[in-house]
Amino acid sequence: MMQTLLDQFSESIRLAGTRRRPLRIRGSGSKDFYGGTPSGEVLDASGYRGIVDYAPEELVLTARAGTLLHEIEAVLAEQGQMLPFEPPHFGPRATLGGCVAAGLSGPRRASSGAVRDFVLGVRMMNGLGESLQFGGQVMKNVAGYDVSRLMAGSLGTLGLLLEVSLKVLPKPQAEATLQFELNELQALEKMNRWAGQPFPISATCYHDHVLTLRLSGAQSAIQATHAKLGGQLMVADDEFWHGIREQTSRFFREESSLWRVSLPSTATLQLPSKQLIEWGGALRWVFTDEDGAKVRALAEQARGQATLFRSATKPKIIFHPLPKPLLQVHQRMKRAFDPQGIFNIGRMYPDF
Amino acid sequence: MKSDRLLKRLREFLPPESILSEREDLNPYESDGLTAFRQLPLVVVIPETEAQVQQVLRLCFAEAVPVVARGAGTGLSGGALPLSNGVLLSLAKFSRIEHIDPLARTARVQPGVRNLAISEAAAAFGLYYAPDPSSQIVCSIGGNVAENSGGVHCLKYGLTVNNILALRVITIEGEILEIGSAALDSTGYDLLALMTGSEGMLGVITEVTVKLLPKPERAQVLLAGFDSVEKAGAAVADIISAGIIPAGLEMMDKLAIRAAEDFVHAGYPLDVEAILLCELDGMNEEVSVEIKRVHSILQQAGATTVRTALDDAERLKFWAGRKAAFPAVGRLAPDYYCMDGTIPRKRLPQVLRRIHDYSAHFGLAVANVFHAGDGNLHPLILYDANKPGELVRAEAFGAKILELCVEVGGSITGEHGVGVEKIDQMCVQFMTQELALFHALKKSWDEQGLLNPGKAVPTLHRCAEYGAMHVHHGKAKFPNVPRF
Ligand SMILES: Cc1cc2nc3c(=O)[nH]c(=O)nc-3n(C[C@H](O)[C@H](O)[C@H](O)COP(=O)(O)OP(=O)(O)OC[C@H]3O[C@@H](n4cnc5c(N)ncnc54)[C@H](O)[C@@H]3O)c2cc1C
Repeated sequence: MMQTLLDQFSESIRLAGTRRRPLRIRGSGSKDFYGGTPSGEVLDASGYRGIVDYAPEELVLTARAGTLLHEIEAVLAEQGQMLPFEPPHFGPRATLGGCVAAGLSGPRRASSGAVRDFVLGVRMMNGLGESLQFGGQVMKNVAGYDVSRLMAGSLGTLGLLLEVSLKVLPKPQAEATLQFELNELQALEKMNRWAGQPFPISATCYHDHVLTLRLSGAQSAIQATHAKLGGQLMVADDEFWHGIREQTSRFFREESSLWRVSLPSTATLQLPSKQLIEWGGALRWVFTDEDGAKVRALAEQARGQATLFRSATKPKIIFHPLPKPLLQVHQRMKRAFDPQGIFNIGRMYPDF
Repeated sequence: MKSDRLLKRLREFLPPESILSEREDLNPYESDGLTAFRQLPLVVVIPETEAQVQQVLRLCFAEAVPVVARGAGTGLSGGALPLSNGVLLSLAKFSRIEHIDPLARTARVQPGVRNLAISEAAAAFGLYYAPDPSSQIVCSIGGNVAENSGGVHCLKYGLTVNNILALRVITIEGEILEIGSAALDSTGYDLLALMTGSEGMLGVITEVTVKLLPKPERAQVLLAGFDSVEKAGAAVADIISAGIIPAGLEMMDKLAIRAAEDFVHAGYPLDVEAILLCELDGMNEEVSVEIKRVHSILQQAGATTVRTALDDAERLKFWAGRKAAFPAVGRLAPDYYCMDGTIPRKRLPQVLRRIHDYSAHFGLAVANVFHAGDGNLHPLILYDANKPGELVRAEAFGAKILELCVEVGGSITGEHGVGVEKIDQMCVQFMTQELALFHALKKSWDEQGLLNPGKAVPTLHRCAEYGAMHVHHGKAKFPNVPRF
């Protein structure tokens, strides 16, 4: 049955190529809000699902791209393991393929790494409908260009993900969350200072004068850190971090446009609006109805980039524009994978 | 292009001391760490500024002259092997650490900076750069990025690709690209990942921004001896199954142990078939608990001896043996050939048995050093290049090992790169369409194929000639046909 699906994918892609009609790759649509709305007919990738291989003692899991994220997380949890990048789902039926293509990571990102850091290999279909395999199921692999990692965050513009192998990690033995009342400058300073010392910090969040800090590791290390840093121990912290990751907590309930600003962890962002800081200072969520150009200019002043994450209407520019030489490299790479230009046109930048 | 004309044009913007063209000056550049391959370049240029690099590349682009970038020349796959009709571009003079930001925990450095020099400079702030290839005293960060180098600590802390934030890259057309940023992510495709491990084929790196990590409060190492390689392998799985990710987890087999012990007197047991080195780091309290857990896991796994390093001096001694394993094995024979395959860890006993069989078949001894935590095997084949036929046998033996790695679901290279050395085995690991995509990708950066041509990705024609039996991702085409 899975082979039939593969044949169908390949057929649809080849047909789309000859007719020059773009395709819009879709898992469950949980991240439809993110990026531009691509033109073309939907290619439903959700049927190609199932965990192919999981060896806990090898720290590697391989699953088809349509596999539900929560299914994967449940299987990992049974073995006391997890996806280290703590991906947001943004919907009950979020798929692995969508997670890797969107390249979004959750609260653990600053300490553990992003989706791309844990992608070991992919099987994918290029714009000619050919099934290709890169990377593998081993931790280290430098044979050929790193196409697997390149697929992470490419929003389906380079090809259809079929299968992904991920490095997984043991769940921490214990976790605890501490809270501190601070102003923004103090919080930024503390987050950066503490990250420069060997504390087991696994997530940070600053909003509304409160710095929230999650510790993960051996119980003894957590206790020692609490003793050194002080702070109020938080109850129901799993819910808190879930709310941040899934954007269901109160901060995210707002009408205006939500911007995602990525910048150096020590930078300050001169935007007088509602902000939530994550990743030790390197990620700022900002609600504002300011003009996009202005938000981007302020982000650039802080040596960062701004992406319009959620908004009622979709303007032409969503992701931070690329400088011309980089844009040209992107366009040429897009052609290398997808010569007819059929995958997710307009999802990332206007022409790809 | 004629070399005298090329020299004339180079002299227009480079000082005389930055251009080498006399034979005796070219000699030191004829090979990298893989000395079995040697070739003199047309000319060596050693620019000092980014603008000069840009001019060199523009000139080569305009005149269609191939360019090979070179860092410290410690690469083990011939990636920096010169081309007879090309320019060898040395980044040796780019040795400045430009900026360390202790609060943001980043360092901006030039590509010729030595790997270890970064950690030395960061030490004043209690920080260090995590990837630690054994060659770290000499190898350059630019070369590390080009090869995606790893070290004994990469199971826990990642490879080069996981520890860099930004690059400045000059394309063959002389265009300067800023890839990545001081932030954790950037829009567009992950070109930082693409550049890492691209073996100087896509662009020349002129600046690297790396992440720095806080030095762990404490690090402690355990040394365990086993009477069989199988048991040592099983112990590795036991440790990881217990939810422990050691900072380093290395294995050595009998021949490697003996060589290292003779060379640096690390204090390794000599009456065992394999040793494991397991380092744990973190907060003091944590390490105290974990060390006890690992100690008992090792004993239960059947270790014949388990020792915890008494102090930091002994810890460094234990590591010194491992880090000197290559040169130590190098003392056992006039020459050695270092392989670099990766395998799923559970296949280790099977793979070592087959390597043993090959060793008998080719009549060449082999010592095995293994990044056990992440399945990266370094068989070191001993040979004597002065004995007729031995080099050819060593290479054939090596090719067999790499093909075996692919057969069991692994890869022909974990960290040393393909270079010129493993180019034929690329035909075994990849299918035609996959190689075609690599070529298309290369073209999207370097249309004329002037950057390090002939390395890393074989032409489809070459694969056809090699006639490799394609054992794609563990599935041999004719599984029932016997092969040795
Ligand atoms: C004794 C010994 C031990 C080693 N141990 C390890 C180990 O533990 N782990 C490991 O991963 N490797 C190891 N190596 C291999 C080697 O040290 C690494 O591959 C290293 O990263 C090469 O760095 P280099 O500066 O010497 O690069 P070079 O050998 O000069 O070049 C390597 C490749 O990088 C390209 N390149 C270099 N600089 C640039 C640049 N600025 N821009 C673009 N391309 C560039 C070259 O063209 C070439 O393809 C070892 C080597 C030796 C000799």
